[in-house]
Amino acid sequence: MPLPSSALGVMEASAYAPEVLARGLPSSLRPQQQSEDRGEPTGSVAGVASPLLSLQGIGLSFGGVVALADVDLSVHPGEIRAIIGPNGAGKSSLINVISGVYQPDRGQVLLDGISYAHVPTQRLAHLGVARTFQNLALFKGLSVLDNVASGLAYKVRSNFAGQVLGIGRSRGEQRDTLSRADQILEFLDLSAVRDRLVGTLPYGLQKRVELARALVAEPRLLLLDEPMAGMTASEKSEMAGFVRAALDRFATTVVLIEHDVGVVMGLSDRIAVLDYGRKIADATPDEVRNDQRVIDAYLGVASDNEDGAGI
Amino acid sequence: MAAITSDFSFMPVLPKWVVPVLLLAFAYGVVPLIGSSYLFEAILLPFLALSLAGVGLNILTGYAGQVSLGSAAFMAAGAFAAYNFNLRVEGLPLIGSIFLAGIVAAAIGIVFGLPSLRLKGFYLAVSTLAAQFFVQWALTKFSWFSNDSASGVIDAPRLSIAGVALDSAIGRYLFALTIVAILTFLAYRLVSSQTGRNFIAIRDNETAARIIGIPVLKTKLLAFAISSFIIGVAGVIWAFAYLRTVEPDGFDLDRSFQILFIIIIGGLASIRGAFFGAALIVVFPLALSRLGGFLLGDLFDSGVLDMSQRIVLGALIILFLILEPDGLVALWDRIRRRLLFAWQST
Repeated sequence: MPLPSSALGVMEASAYAPEVLARGLPSSLRPQQQSEDRGEPTGSVAGVASPLLSLQGIGLSFGGVVALADVDLSVHPGEIRAIIGPNGAGKSSLINVISGVYQPDRGQVLLDGISYAHVPTQRLAHLGVARTFQNLALFKGLSVLDNVASGLAYKVRSNFAGQVLGIGRSRGEQRDTLSRADQILEFLDLSAVRDRLVGTLPYGLQKRVELARALVAEPRLLLLDEPMAGMTASEKSEMAGFVRAALDRFATTVVLIEHDVGVVMGLSDRIAVLDYGRKIADATPDEVRNDQRVIDAYLGVASDNEDGAGI
Repeated sequence: MAAITSDFSFMPVLPKWVVPVLLLAFAYGVVPLIGSSYLFEAILLPFLALSLAGVGLNILTGYAGQVSLGSAAFMAAGAFAAYNFNLRVEGLPLIGSIFLAGIVAAAIGIVFGLPSLRLKGFYLAVSTLAAQFFVQWALTKFSWFSNDSASGVIDAPRLSIAGVALDSAIGRYLFALTIVAILTFLAYRLVSSQTGRNFIAIRDNETAARIIGIPVLKTKLLAFAISSFIIGVAGVIWAFAYLRTVEPDGFDLDRSFQILFIIIIGGLASIRGAFFGAALIVVFPLALSRLGGFLLGDLFDSGVLDMSQRIVLGALIILFLILEPDGLVALWDRIRRRLLFAWQST
């Protein structure tokens, strides 16, 4: 399957977070444009179009722990929007708010201009939103094909009796579902494991099956929660290639959460950085790379007591 | 539960319908000729009724992942509903009564399935006990259900379909076999349909299922309805064809557990598993009684038999849960694969 060469090249230039961020940062440049970075970026790819998704003042806490505090975010059609941050920064909480798994305490989510205090999870697929999960959320008892086909379950209109007896619209639906699932499997190079039980696949392939399940519905907005977590470097570049290819093919808008800053820098159009539930930066990859607050969040701030005196 | 679609790619591939068709041909063509009335009355009839109940519970528990301890209540609802439809609706054919009885059981199943929308696992299992106790209580309390019979025990109506009497042991066997075969076939079609996939999706990951747009609430209630329908019809077979009487006491909590054991021992999320499990549950006490009588003679009275049955059955369930969580079906498939492998390599 041909992939855009740019997608495969993504990984080569980038590396892990500290190196990327620390590279070439003379101290004179550090305070650069900090205040501007935090507002709405101006030079983004789709600045003119109205946002497909926008979060306004989202606040979420679990007991006394603040997971998200007053987070704003806008995602424009056609862009890859990355959300990065250290562990526990609230990235997954944000995705869970967007997909309605969590109900935010404050703020609202605007999908396609319609505002929700609590996104209706059950209607998410109908709204054209699909997601993957940080920890795999596949259906272990189903084959790869059936897992992917289940991504189209929201469209099924035939009832169980029709399906059991094979009458009415169920036949056409079944044929249509399986052929679309097969197309996606081929697209993501999964045809060879089509009939395997998904739980028996290696981790990297399971991640890809999850992407396939999300893509089969051809969503307008795709939420990827650490799609490359736990992968080897070559698996990561492969996955990045698939995400790019999917974008080219389905013109999907992507919200990408990723731990690996290197992957993110190469893939995304704009990056929001979270730290302790707050958005500390929101800009293009180059600007984020040079943002002092981001560097501090990732590398830590040098302590005053660097020598460890007195310990 | 990983044994649903195992990978048998290296085995000689027979079309999937061959084995069931051969078994059915044997059950219809050979068994009636060679079977004794003991075989029908004591083994095959309870086996068929319990297998069907197992198929029904497996749809709910094995496929859709909703644990239920109320199976016997749905059997009772089916049996009593069929009895009353047959008694009170003039000119309704037997098949009509049975179908309507299934519908009644399904409706009761939906009502007692409502807690599943909020409860999971152990808590849900406890809440389905309500069905068990309520249905049994209602059937005992209101004598209308048993047509004001003094003992609460009523004779099942004569079995006949389209004027053909099926009251003999063989007739009742064929009657039960036909219903079980048809419903099992439909159940098989169901679990491989989109609805069946939705059941498994909800069982394996409810959050993900909800997010990809599977109507979780509707699908859970549908699982309760379909499962209860099948179990209700199994109740009709149990009462009409096997026991020939209809009484609430036969459908107590022990029966519910028995059906749950059937699918655990046979194999969760497997249609075949219900038949494997039911065969073991039916044959095992008989075999144990023969064996005990042979080894211990008079010492092995009915009290000892009952006790040893419970002990051995309990041990079996523990052993299965530890050693073969996928049940007899997985065991069978493994043995078959070994044999085939050995046969091929010679």
